[in-house]
Amino acid sequence: MSDANRHARLLGVLKTITAQPLPADDDESLFESGLLDSFALPDLVSALELEFSIKVPDRDLNPRKFDSVSRMETYLEDHGA
Amino acid sequence: MHVPERVVTNEEMAGRIGRTAEWIEGVSGICERRWAAAETSVADLAVAAANDCLVRAGVEASTLGMIIVASGSARPGFPGPAAEVALQLGLENTPALDVPMASAGSLFGMAMAAQMAGHFGDVLVIGAEKMSAVIESGPLDGNTAMLFGDGAGAVLVSARTGRWEILDMVLHTDGQYRDSLAFDWSGPLRMNGLSVILQAARKLPSSIEEVLGRQKVAAADVAVFLLHQANQNLLLRVAKSLGVPGERVYSNVARYGNTSSASMLIAAAEWSRESPAADPVVFSAFGAGFHWGAILAK
Repeated sequence: MSDANRHARLLGVLKTITAQPLPADDDESLFESGLLDSFALPDLVSALELEFSIKVPDRDLNPRKFDSVSRMETYLEDHGA
Repeated sequence: MHVPERVVTNEEMAGRIGRTAEWIEGVSGICERRWAAAETSVADLAVAAANDCLVRAGVEASTLGMIIVASGSARPGFPGPAAEVALQLGLENTPALDVPMASAGSLFGMAMAAQMAGHFGDVLVIGAEKMSAVIESGPLDGNTAMLFGDGAGAVLVSARTGRWEILDMVLHTDGQYRDSLAFDWSGPLRMNGLSVILQAARKLPSSIEEVLGRQKVAAADVAVFLLHQANQNLLLRVAKSLGVPGERVYSNVARYGNTSSASMLIAAAEWSRESPAADPVVFSAFGAGFHWGAILAK
């Protein structure tokens, strides 16, 4: 998968979950900006699993891995998505 | 079950933590909680629930083979509250075991009791918490203080025929997140809400599906899910993950808040009084540690 394609699909997932405009800076914390909260995060992880056909194991359920667009991209890339 | 008389409303909490009553209800589904008087101990709450359970079961305390008291909010040190509970129940020679575990303590106690009842006789499992003492041990935290309440629940586990038979159970612990939800009386309760909810939202349904799968029972065929009452949003999320209607997961969190290890047994007591006999039922809890699991009974 190309980086651009993965990025676009990731933003699509995030827009669905947050239903709000996303920050221009991919490194900005989605938790600190209020776009994601503790109850949106499980939905986000499930949506990522569905969109990218991956399984996020419990050991990877660390909020820091999903704190920003860039961190999620890194996670997805590391897991072959 | 037993809950203290004093009702602490969201309006009262809101004024103390600098939030609004609407915000508290929105983030937690909690409208009010019960707080015990300053002089009331965890053991006092436990004894009240124990007596209520024994009366309803028609069992004399003197016939018990063991008691198990789960509590994460009992004062540290030894002995734990189980010895005092035994004393207050008039027991002088009956083994009394403490399970110093918040939130999932009653579930672990029930699982142990299911194994021990055949040897020791009837086991009374009690979950009792005075969470108001925990949150008032220092300045109130605006993100957690409004979540918790006091209370106690109890269940009699016997090798004899009862209302339900425990068919199977799963218990798990993952210590790598032990700092995500912790309290040691030297400072405020520490809770990483993102981590706790993310893990609970996965582990509660997965443990329930694990025990249901082993017994080839479909979630849709379960009469009720009696869960640790942490947060209404979490209860609804578990129902969604299991593919069952939200009302299938019993909830009283609006009235009592999160009573930690007491909550699952308080929920079970209220549901069993309000509802006609139905089965199978699933008990499940998740809490600090993290400890979690599920019990299937019919």
